[in-house]
Amino acid sequence: MRDVAIISTGMTPFGELWQSGLRDLFVQAAREALMAVGSPSVDAIYVGNMSGGQFVGQEHLGPLMADHLGLAGVPATRVESACASGGVALRCGFLEVAAGASDLVLVAGVEKMNDGADVTNVLASAADQETEVYHGITFPGLYAMIARAHMARYGTTEEDLAAVSVKNHMHGARNPRAQFRSEVTAEQVMTSSMVAEPLRLLHCSPVSDGAAVVLLCPLERAREFTDAPVRIRSSGLATAPMALADRADPTFLDAVSLAAGRAYKSGGVTPSDIQVAEVHDCFSIAELCALEALCFTERGSAGELTRAGETALGGRIPVNTSGGLKSKGHPVGATGVAQAIEIVEQLRGEAGERQVPDATVGLAQNMGGSGASSVVHIFERV
Amino acid sequence: MAGIVGYGAFIPRNRVTAEEIAKQWGKDPAAIRRGLLLEEKSVPGLDEDTITISVAAGRAALERAGVDPQRVGALYIGSESHPYAVKPSGTVVAEALGIGPEVHIADFEFACKAGTEAMFVALGLVESGRVEYAMGIGADTSQGAPNDALEYSASAGGAAFLFGGQHVLADVVETYSYTSDTPDFWRREGQFYPRHGGRFTGEPAYFRHVTAATRAILDKTRLEPAAFRYAVFHMPNGKFPLAVGKQLGFKREQLEVGWIVSTMGNTYSGSSPTGLAAILDEATADDLILITSFGSGAGSDSFVLRATDLLADRRPRAPTVRSMLGGRRRYLTYGEYAKYREKIILNA
Amino acid sequence: MPSPRYWREIPSRYRLEAAACRGCKRVIYPKRQICPQCGGVEFEATRLARRGRVVTSTVVHVAPTDLQMEAPYAMAVVETEEGARLMVQVADCDPSEVLPGMEVTLEFRLIRKEDHGGILCYGHKAVPVG
Repeated sequence: MRDVAIISTGMTPFGELWQSGLRDLFVQAAREALMAVGSPSVDAIYVGNMSGGQFVGQEHLGPLMADHLGLAGVPATRVESACASGGVALRCGFLEVAAGASDLVLVAGVEKMNDGADVTNVLASAADQETEVYHGITFPGLYAMIARAHMARYGTTEEDLAAVSVKNHMHGARNPRAQFRSEVTAEQVMTSSMVAEPLRLLHCSPVSDGAAVVLLCPLERAREFTDAPVRIRSSGLATAPMALADRADPTFLDAVSLAAGRAYKSGGVTPSDIQVAEVHDCFSIAELCALEALCFTERGSAGELTRAGETALGGRIPVNTSGGLKSKGHPVGATGVAQAIEIVEQLRGEAGERQVPDATVGLAQNMGGSGASSVVHIFERV
Repeated sequence: MAGIVGYGAFIPRNRVTAEEIAKQWGKDPAAIRRGLLLEEKSVPGLDEDTITISVAAGRAALERAGVDPQRVGALYIGSESHPYAVKPSGTVVAEALGIGPEVHIADFEFACKAGTEAMFVALGLVESGRVEYAMGIGADTSQGAPNDALEYSASAGGAAFLFGGQHVLADVVETYSYTSDTPDFWRREGQFYPRHGGRFTGEPAYFRHVTAATRAILDKTRLEPAAFRYAVFHMPNGKFPLAVGKQLGFKREQLEVGWIVSTMGNTYSGSSPTGLAAILDEATADDLILITSFGSGAGSDSFVLRATDLLADRRPRAPTVRSMLGGRRRYLTYGEYAKYREKIILNA
Repeated sequence: MPSPRYWREIPSRYRLEAAACRGCKRVIYPKRQICPQCGGVEFEATRLARRGRVVTSTVVHVAPTDLQMEAPYAMAVVETEEGARLMVQVADCDPSEVLPGMEVTLEFRLIRKEDHGGILCYGHKAVPVG
């Protein structure tokens, strides 16, 4: 397997982008990435998208994207793994280059959520239709159950959940592309309206439109295109039982743990080597559970870690310097690729006010549904 | 002799008091309670209907009978609030109880006596030998129009009776039905609430048919009221069944056990059947029991039953009516009651 | 919910039909073709006994459109006597009463109505014991 590098990135702002339709979003992000390196000829396209079909009635995004990029003829594949679609698309692109099947691969993630679809219902299709959604559980409801179980077992508090949102907004305020660029206080979080106990509105990532694109090529050719390639050191993907009721321990994200283990092992790194990380904070509790499953801290202690400021800029392991899903936004299929872009900017020293000094190794963790799938990538500066 | 081999009832756990409803409409709660002899009534949750009530009652009846549901050859449900206008309640209930596919099913409708009709037909099929076991259920979640007298009484609940020829808990000694075309209470297709003829629902309707059917069955069986341990009549409110019982020569003590309307309300097709279940919860071997229903439109079904010594044995297998009436329950405000009964207008 | 899909689920939703793996004895609800624990493909048909305990729960305030009138409502993962786990609403109680370890029975209830005159969808909900 060859070494693979990210040579260019492109991203729309995330938010309620009324002026842009689905195809506008991915064209905008892709053009930015392509034009930055002289619009080279692309060998393959992967596009991560959770549900163009349910949000805007559009399936078959592979050829649509190729067509609108003026690349009709190029092989293009739409990848779906609910909210992990972007990260899994990245993995597919990575494997295609690593295997030597293609040299230049464009990986995109895109989601258009604000065109009038019943978002709650669409997102719920990531959960188990027959046994969970039928009975009335919502997406926030599933994570709320995880939160309650975590609180009951480990003493995690509502203040711990709020601390995640406060931190991520503090970071997002420094991100020009973030959906929400204002800070929030713990009190604002804890008095926001209840969604599913104990999760309140400000514990939950928003509904967003957006697209993110990276270009991959073999590391040995990267310097044809850029002085600052970032190597994808490894990729790990895993699944877990679909229904929350079928998981032995609802407080532990098995898919994240397995995926991370695979990425650490094949990348030859340990958790303590990671200097900056983007994790999947679809709800505040998800960030806490992810920190534990990624082995950044012991099971049950993520609340403590966050409260101590260790995951904020300046702390031991800055997490979600982009603002995370909470503050940056969460156009579902785009998130996994956007997380990679934040790590790339960190490792290139281009993160501006969000910069983690001298970061050389970073990690991105993307997750689908209530944790039934997760993909972890490890990146390094070369 | 064929008879009841299993019985069960179910009453939803929500309640609203007559007082709460009276206050809503600026009526004097004490006068309402005195006039109708009603204290409170059961209210179905948004997730309860004639089908769910029938399943709960049917499960209890099968428990008490100890019969394999696959041996039940017919299932009839009588209600005025079948959840579908077209598609039977009986098929859903049968599948839930594990009955069928070799089963005859029909839904019955005859205002408040649809339950005893279902029982009458179930019994007849067993007596004819055409099926081994047959179940008749009376259940309802009927509506009372806002600010109408019926709003104090219209409630939800039901009872199920499994009929068979062996291991009988109560023999059916005799039946009698009395019917005429009397337009005292009706609901046209597409209307949400029923309408009624006010005082016309009394003498010419309820009293005429209940007394005619009861006198005829007493005649047929050559039994006097004093021979009975228990009697239960359809309970549209607290007063009517006590008045008709007295008129027919029954004493208050005979009516007491079946008279559950003051805390249950009028469960329409479930009314006298649930009263009968409450009686079976207490009857001892050889007790004679009379039940006469009334359905507007109008008609009455009467049954004379005799409890057997098996009844005491099987009774503990499922909850009693009084344990449900007096057990864990929630009292609703009028607003919650209106929400649960879908009286609040939404866009179509 | 389209009718054919609803109809196929009737045995599991109405009668709680489950499968006991012949290999590892685990009771799986709803039935599957392959045991998630041991990969076995031989099963005994069985039914859940309708008693269990709450494992974890929440109270849903922001509900799907179909269930808005019922909100807020409690939902729980319930583990039955047989060791099977299922996701159900908890009915007939104050949602704040629902706590881990609470004993429940499973009762037959209307789960949702398809809007615009669609079919009625039934199943089971948990009700606290006592």
